[in-house]
Amino acid sequence: MTICKGENMRAKYIMKRLLYVIPTAFGVLVIIFILLRSMPGDFATALLGQDASLEDIERVREQYGLNQSIFVQFISYVKQLLTLNFGDSVIYKTPVIEMIKTAFPATLELSIMGLLWALIISVPLGILSAVKQNSWLDNASMVFAQIGISMPVFWMGLLMILLFSVQLNWLPSFGRGDPLFSALIKGITSGNFSSFTRSFRKILMPSFALGIMGSAMISRMIRSTMLEVLDMDYIRTARAKGTKEFKVVMRHAFRNALPPVITIVALQFGAMLGGSIVTETVFSWPGIGQIIVTAILNRDYPVVQASVFLIAIMFVLINLVVDLLYVVINPKINEG
Amino acid sequence: MSIRKNKTFQKALHNKSIVIGLIMVLIVILIAVFAPILTPYDLEEMDMGNALRVPGGEHLFGTDQYGRDLMTRIFFGTRISLLVGFISVFFSMVIGVFVGLIAGYYGGWVDNLIGRIIDVFLSFPVLLLSIALVAVMGGGGTVSVIMSLCLVSWTQYARVVRSSVLVIREEEYVLAAKTFGASDMRIIFKYIIPNALAPIIVVATLGIGTAIVSEATLSFMGLGVQPPTPSWGYALSFGLRYMRTAPHMATIPGLAIMFTVLGFNLLGNGIRDVTDPRMVN
Repeated sequence: MTICKGENMRAKYIMKRLLYVIPTAFGVLVIIFILLRSMPGDFATALLGQDASLEDIERVREQYGLNQSIFVQFISYVKQLLTLNFGDSVIYKTPVIEMIKTAFPATLELSIMGLLWALIISVPLGILSAVKQNSWLDNASMVFAQIGISMPVFWMGLLMILLFSVQLNWLPSFGRGDPLFSALIKGITSGNFSSFTRSFRKILMPSFALGIMGSAMISRMIRSTMLEVLDMDYIRTARAKGTKEFKVVMRHAFRNALPPVITIVALQFGAMLGGSIVTETVFSWPGIGQIIVTAILNRDYPVVQASVFLIAIMFVLINLVVDLLYVVINPKINEG
Repeated sequence: MSIRKNKTFQKALHNKSIVIGLIMVLIVILIAVFAPILTPYDLEEMDMGNALRVPGGEHLFGTDQYGRDLMTRIFFGTRISLLVGFISVFFSMVIGVFVGLIAGYYGGWVDNLIGRIIDVFLSFPVLLLSIALVAVMGGGGTVSVIMSLCLVSWTQYARVVRSSVLVIREEEYVLAAKTFGASDMRIIFKYIIPNALAPIIVVATLGIGTAIVSEATLSFMGLGVQPPTPSWGYALSFGLRYMRTAPHMATIPGLAIMFTVLGFNLLGNGIRDVTDPRMVN
């Protein structure tokens, strides 16, 4: 285990971490390629239907380069993905890139709102349960976290629909309104917030269901790192010097507890991108998750390939940002 | 060594999380084993006249869309959930421990290569990769679900074992054994595995809960265990459909999942608290 000190070492680490993206991204490409080539059923048959003639099947195989060697196929597949040339959907006959352009912002919006909920719940909960260790609040937050982690996100969604849509009739149970951010801007400029309110009401339940899952993990992480930090000498010194407790907790303790928390927050964001797949199914949210599930059920391979690639690359980038942030926040970086 | 083990056992008996978790897990296991005698109904017995009955009376948990007793479906579903949980965790543990041992013990380029492979697997959201793998294996079915969960979760064990090995292989007693000419196999089985056992048990116990949720999620989306096999996740997918007329269909199978997963999570967290030296105080 080497401890890098100084700017030079830090720059070296950042470079090394950036370079790591290349083999990882390549690995992702290889895995998706293997997965798609292993899918049961022939692509040409899936495209043309069961009744297609042998000539037609042969023509499609030639058109998509399926009769070439696996190596040539891999090269052209990598070229396609890197130039974002994803081809057309077999089912909808529209360019895959167009489908993704509409669906991806929806998933991103849902995940960002989910993360926002997770932070709103977990930050105060985590800090308070560390400061009031072993109090009723600490115990209650522990129970909340345990239940939150043990509850499947889709069940949380079902229960929310049952309560807020079916029983109370407060919130719509499915679909998406106008994009939330642009609806907000429109509201601010025009003074009419009806579109924003509609969108917000629609995103409230799916994002909250996602957020609860993340908040359970994040609040426990905040609690345990805060407990570690609160036990440090410099906290005792700050208290001895008469610094106000709020300042001790927020400025001295919470700031120093941040590096591992940021890691788990970013990882949770990644988990939410993944979790959105099932949340979208429950709430009929028109995002990338819905597209993937439908595409897999319909054997729409170009769509599966593009959406899986996109989410995996997002994941690689999130992990990269997490690691780089960690170096920026934490002066001592352990590499090993 | 045995005094330390005894002490750990004593501590485990006094750990609330372990005791409650263990009781919950035992209840679930007992239900799975005695499912046929715990309910008077047949698993597949349909009674369309009694479809979507609310809980109470003859049917304690109500009935499903075919008039089948929901309690019977839930009790038998326990078997599927536990089967998927235990088997997928066992195989991913075997793969992960093996890979992690090799990476940590031999280090160098082997470790680097394995590290990159693990990174690639971790670049996919778990659910996304499981869905893709299930699709590759022909879509759905208990075996495909188990295999896909194995392929997705071995990385966790590999990481835990690798980091344990990195610490243990530098311990004096291991270095001494090496000096005296102990073989790699002897060092791995005599010193490394026993010392890395606690974190492996923790990851495995928590992993059973995760596997049960994953199976339920896949089945909920129609990509997991296929009917007529009773699956909690599959039952919940009908809950969404009959939300207005039979809300019990959306709640009861979910409670079963949560109860089981909570049991394994409490047990796993408790074991971690007791065995992790950093948690002593």
